[in-house]
Formats: sequence, structure tokens, C-alpha cells
Amino acid sequence: MTQTDFTTAIFDPARPVPAGLTDAAGRPAGKRFSVYRNNVAVSLKEALETGFPATARLLGEANFETLAQRYLRARPPQSPLMMLFGEGFADYIAAIPALKSLGYLPDVARLEYAMRQSYHAGDAAPLDPAKLAALPPEALNRARLSFAPAVRLVLSDWPIHAIRQKALEPDAPNPPGTAQPVLITRPNYDPVPHPLAPEQAVLIAALMDGATLSRALTQAPRADLGAVLSLLLAQSALTDIDVETPK
Amino acid sequence: MFDQPNTLPAAPGVGYKPQHYSDILADAGPVRWLEIHAENYMGDGGRPIAQLRFLADRFPISVHGVGLSIGGETPLDPSHLARLKYLCDWLNPASFSEHLAWSTHDSGFLNDLLPLPYTNATLARVCSHIDQVQETLGRRMLLENPSSYLAFAESTYDEPAFLAEVSKRTGCGLLLDVNNIFVSATNLNYDPRAYVDAFPLDQVGEIHLGGHDEDEDDHGAPLLIDSHGREVADPVWTLLDYVLEKSGPRPTLIEWDTDVPDWATLALEAARAEAALDKVPA
Amino acid sequence: MSNTMKTLAVVGAVAAALSAHATTASADGAKEKCFGISLAGQNDCAAGPGTTCAGTSKVDYQGNAWKLVDAGTCMNIELPAMADGSMRHGSLEALSRDLPMEG
Repeated sequence: MTQTDFTTAIFDPARPVPAGLTDAAGRPAGKRFSVYRNNVAVSLKEALETGFPATARLLGEANFETLAQRYLRARPPQSPLMMLFGEGFADYIAAIPALKSLGYLPDVARLEYAMRQSYHAGDAAPLDPAKLAALPPEALNRARLSFAPAVRLVLSDWPIHAIRQKALEPDAPNPPGTAQPVLITRPNYDPVPHPLAPEQAVLIAALMDGATLSRALTQAPRADLGAVLSLLLAQSALTDIDVETPK
Repeated sequence: MFDQPNTLPAAPGVGYKPQHYSDILADAGPVRWLEIHAENYMGDGGRPIAQLRFLADRFPISVHGVGLSIGGETPLDPSHLARLKYLCDWLNPASFSEHLAWSTHDSGFLNDLLPLPYTNATLARVCSHIDQVQETLGRRMLLENPSSYLAFAESTYDEPAFLAEVSKRTGCGLLLDVNNIFVSATNLNYDPRAYVDAFPLDQVGEIHLGGHDEDEDDHGAPLLIDSHGREVADPVWTLLDYVLEKSGPRPTLIEWDTDVPDWATLALEAARAEAALDKVPA
Repeated sequence: MSNTMKTLAVVGAVAAALSAHATTASADGAKEKCFGISLAGQNDCAAGPGTTCAGTSKVDYQGNAWKLVDAGTCMNIELPAMADGSMRHGSLEALSRDLPMEG
């Protein structure tokens, strides 16, 4: 019996227990093999449940169980780091026909995974606002921002910030009828999700992409740059600023 | 690099849980060292690394891997080995240990410590993987005995003989999990003291203790599960006394991984380990 | 927007952001919050719940296992029609009613 036989039987409860596994008296292992089946299935399901608590609440226990049992078999972790498990969960949900009508669900899962990524991201010293203040006004147009490794931008056409909150805290307000892309910052050690107006998300996406302040504003002319910069500074989301040399 | 001792103290330690961070810094009680699961500290930064940086300045740290798959039929994952090396080089921990088990297959990581047949083929594979780990990390590692729920018809070694041979061939030390002995001995119907008698105790660099659950097999025979979710059972404490009488005091760890209790409860278990250690001459 | 206007907008925005930043301060230790633990995604070496649980129940690949009776918070959220009308098939309650039929 190989570890391939063992693994195949672990993931498919309909298969017989591999031959050559016994109890002390040499009888077939039977239920004893179930201990391993359960360890694998339950530990991976619980990892998804704790990693995607809002997704789990939105679906309810039985539906999430069904989803998790399928996912862990279709996409078992590819790394021994459980902190990475669930990377493809949102895409997997998005491809399930029966869940298509819950259009926001993949984005909520994407938000939850991004929160975890932010939690484990590298540390970085925040930008000293004095460095920004010291730039001459004529240089500001050409200024580019560097973002902290823990910053994540989750784009969505759904009010995912409010949906996530409502799922985690039933007393939270009902979601609005507007899209809510989310900026995740980590001012200390805890990731903080901030709902954005779509224009702000366009602006931040451009800045994260390396656009100068001026060019980013061209892409999102209705966004309030002042409010966005205040948020980024207050949340220690920036690490540096440099000025593009004119060509 | 931290100023860590070369070995763990022959005193109580606990498996570190982040929720106990403040309690440990306020009053660690009888706890003299901490064990972490290597894989939980392989992120790029954030709170886990920040806490570890702080703790490693104050406590000897044991790095306990749970994902290397030393018994795997596939080669060791080079990127995972590199992450382990990075962690050990940075932390310079008092100890590094892993399991006699496998968890990675071509199809993925199964997140459980899966069992091995004790054959010459397994022995050769395990030894070659341990050689690779010890060479890469530049340090001696400890290998832990597993909890067994079933036996392999093809096995030709018993577990103590198998581990003794691994230690002899690779020079690795051993981590003796006393609860695992009790669980395996109950499940596979052998005498736990005979296991201890056959075990190369001089190679034991660390002892583990944890709680188990009770279930039963198809024939109604007891089937103990290594759940780490409760207090260490009384017969396991008795077996610990038997081990310590023969081995002398060793670094002794309380593992509590599921339904993690408050710090006071965990410290009480550590105090019980301290009392057991105090009974034997150094 | 003309270049001058844009420069003014950028300069004004930076000035506003800097003055707002002066009033905020942050200090927090590495003390754990439950929030963080559930976020972490942890490895451990404990065994699961023995012989009677999820690993041994047959997995339903046919898609008819989705349950209306236990449809989670979806059932309780009222999502208004989106402001731009692009997603007018609006309320989550209505959506989740479709769930078992589509399965």
C-alpha cells in the first residue's frame, strides 16, 4: 500500500479502507481508519470556517459544510502553511452554479482572505508626514506613493463591507444599495477594513499601481484626494514618497 | 539572532498560544520555556512575528514543526525546508523537533500526522530526510513518536526499535510523547511500560504530555484519540513518573491545542509536571 | 481639469491630509485579540473528533445538498436595489430563495 492509496481513501469515504491496515489482532482497521479521514476533513473544514467566518454565516452551517467538504477535496492545500489555505476559495465559490445568484459571496470571501493576508504581511516603517510636508508644491503633482505590504484593495460591485459586518454582527446596519470596494490597512497589528466610494477605489488602485498624484487624479477626477491621503496617513498605509523626474 | 540556550531546561514548558501572550508576560508561573509550531511563524510579519520576537528574548523557544512530512514518499518540499532554515537561523532556538509521520502527498497537504509502516524502506527514507534536515539547518533535530490508531501488516520493526535505529543512523535526538505512548499502547494493545523499557531514553531531549479523548472501534475496543483538548489523563501522569525515574529530569511540555483553556488552567498542568520533575534526582 | 487646477487640487488635498494627520495618534502592543487568532490560519498537531464525523459522511457532488432551511444570514439581509440600477435583482432574501432550485 502506498501513500497514494492512503490519500485516495482519505478523501473518498466511499472507498474501502486500504488493505494491510489492521487492529492489534490483525483484523481490518475499519473505523480506525476513520480517525484519519476525520482529522483531515474536519481540520480543513474548520480552517475554512475560522478563515471565512462571514462567508460561513451568510451560507449557514449546512450549506457551508457542503461547500467546505467539496472544496477541501477539489482543492486540498498546496502548502503546509495553513495561513495560506483558502487562497482560491473565492474563485471556487464563483464557479458553483448553485451559488451564482449570491453574486456578492465570492467578493466577501475575497475580502476575508485579504484580511488574513494583511494580518501576516511584512512590517514596514510608516511614511513620516514631514517628508510629504517638505515637498515643494510644484513637485506634488509628480509625487508617487509607496504602500505598506499589509495594504490590500478589494474591488467589488457589491456592498461587501456592510454585508461582511452584517454577517458577523446581526445588529449592524443593513447594507446600502451601493458598491463598496474595501481598503484594508494595518495601522498596528490588526487589519482594518475601510469601505470606499468606487471613485476612491479607482484613485487608490492607480496610486498603488505607481501613478503620480496628478495622474491618479486624472483617472478619478471626482475622488476626494485629501480624504484619501488623510486615511492613508492616519492608517500608516504609506511607507515612502518619491518624485518622478520629468522626462 | 537571539541569545537562546543550546538546549531546553529540564523544567516545564507549554505549547504557546497567542491568547496567552499577556498572561505569560505578567506571570509565567512554573513555565520556563515555550514551544511554537514552526508553520505559524512563517508569515512575513505582523503580530505573530512581533510576539515571537518579544518572547524569544525572555524564554528558551522550542520550534516544533508539524508540516515537514518527514515520512513522506515524496521528497521534502525544498521551499518549506528553506522557510524552516530561515526561521531557525533568525531565532536560533534552543530546540527543533518534528514528527515520525507524513502529511504531504502529490495532491496536497493533508493537515494531519499520518502513520507509517515500520519497514526497512521507511527507515531508509526517514533517515535520508532527517539527514537532509540536519544538514540544511546545521543542527541536531528531535524526532517525535506518533499516536497510532491502527497497525500496518507489513511492519517489521516495533516502534521503539524503529526510533532507536533512526537515532543511531542519523544522530538525531528523540522527543518522547508520553501521552502518545499511552494512546498507541491502548489502541494497539501493548504494555506502555514495555515500550518505555525498550526506548533509547538517553536520546530523549524533550517530553510531551497532552490530553486524549475516548472512542471505540468496530469491536467495542477502546480507541483513544490524541485530541490535545483537555487535561493530561491520570494514567499518563503515572507513566510520566515511570519514564522520569529511568531517564532523570527532562524538558517536559504540556500541549493543549483545541478548546484552549485560560492561562491559569494551563499553568496548573505545568505545575503538575514540575512536581513530577521535582520527584526525581537531577 | 486644467493643469493649474489639478496642481491646486493636489496641493490642497495634501495640506488637508497633513493637518488631519497631526491630530491622530496610535499606540497598541502586540497583545492578542480574538480577532487576530481567527484570522491567523493556524497549524497544530492535535487530532480531530474521532470516528464519527464529517470525514466519513459521503460528499454530495450532485449539488442538491444546498438547504433552504438553514440558509444563514443571507435570509435576513435586505439589500436594496443598487443605486445605478445595474443589479436590480436586489434583495438577498429573494436571491437565497432561488438557491435550492438551482442546485
